[in-house]
Amino acid sequence: MPLPRLIPCLDVDHGRVVKGVRFAALRDVGDPGELGAAYSDAGADELVFLDVSATTEGRPLLLDLVARVADRLAIPFTVGGGIRTVADAAALLRAGADKVAVNTAALERPALIGELAAALGSQAVVLAIDASGGEVHARAGTKPTGRRATDWAREGEAAGAGEILLTSIDADGTREGYDLALTAAVADVVSVPVIASGGAGEASHIAAVLELAQAALLASIVHESPARLGALRAELLSRGVLLRDAA
Amino acid sequence: MTAGRRKRVSICDYGAGNVRSVAVAFRRLGVEVVDDPLGADLCVLPGVGSASSAMAGLRQRGLDEALRERFQLGRPMLGICLGLQLALDESEEDGGVPGLGLLPGRAVRLRGGRVPRIGWSTVEPGGDAFYFAHSYAALTPAATAHSEGVVAEARLRSFVGVQFHPEKSGAAGARFLERCLSHA
Repeated sequence: MPLPRLIPCLDVDHGRVVKGVRFAALRDVGDPGELGAAYSDAGADELVFLDVSATTEGRPLLLDLVARVADRLAIPFTVGGGIRTVADAAALLRAGADKVAVNTAALERPALIGELAAALGSQAVVLAIDASGGEVHARAGTKPTGRRATDWAREGEAAGAGEILLTSIDADGTREGYDLALTAAVADVVSVPVIASGGAGEASHIAAVLELAQAALLASIVHESPARLGALRAELLSRGVLLRDAA
Repeated sequence: MTAGRRKRVSICDYGAGNVRSVAVAFRRLGVEVVDDPLGADLCVLPGVGSASSAMAGLRQRGLDEALRERFQLGRPMLGICLGLQLALDESEEDGGVPGLGLLPGRAVRLRGGRVPRIGWSTVEPGGDAFYFAHSYAALTPAATAHSEGVVAEARLRSFVGVQFHPEKSGAAGARFLERCLSHA
């Protein structure tokens, strides 16, 4: 298996990195290219940019953002948020993104996963799943679907998703550790890589989830500063977690 | 680069793949990116996506013949990811796809571990970690480096192919591209 990955996730809105509590009171915290480069320098293995602007007028700005990020970064990055068609995804990849993440659009029309995989390759298609109590929720975690996360992950893999980005709504924002039961359940039923998300508060949480998942998404824990990522990496290495030598 | 002239690199754009990131990585090294697959100092065959659509895209644009001609002339070439697999005799992807036949061997589906194989992995010899994202891998007697038992690099005459993405592999990737340029 490749080395376990640490993946900072940055929320973007209208071409800027923003920070907010649950999509409320978004605050501009910087340029995606500059912040992305700072996380890359601090040892990020990949990055995720999540477009939280629900409005359509933000979309052209997202393409511009991806191009600017690609100009600055020499590590892979994923873009998610509002991708509904192969044309949306192909434009993002041509602008320099490596992967796209789909969530609600895939729940509403599961055939989208297969269409994306056929056009772009499975390695470029990330199925993002938000779950609470093992149940998948759509629309940024607000709408229960009645579907089990394990079933949806398996279905997504069969349709051509190359990775599962699994967020525990229950753990998200608590900083009390990843949802290990959910992560283990999903990792057990799929053979594609799993990126665990939600709940990271300290290095021991990340070490624990990397026993189950192939990558850990880092959101609020590294948002104070990219330097925090460097400190986490050092602590994980001292705990025996085999991260890549980013030099 | 010591000759005082900027090296010219041509990147095959056949309608798929992340051409922009490869161009950005080379421009960072002071290279001029041109559209001249035969005349450039180095010709790069990038690639993500499926083997059959990539081969169809190459044929449509006449790039398959240009690449074979360049190889016959012994001019430097670099294949990245699917670009390495396309250089082989064939790929078992999509029920079997004939390749360019520059390198002996075939691309086969990865077995064991999680597939797609995505992430950073150490390449030996050398010991640097590079970024991989693939479901198929080369089986070839021209292999010159491996990563976890997977062919990471293959070389024959003027062709170098790598399974990893040097353009997405940070400082180690930039050093690799610089070595490619120094031989171009």
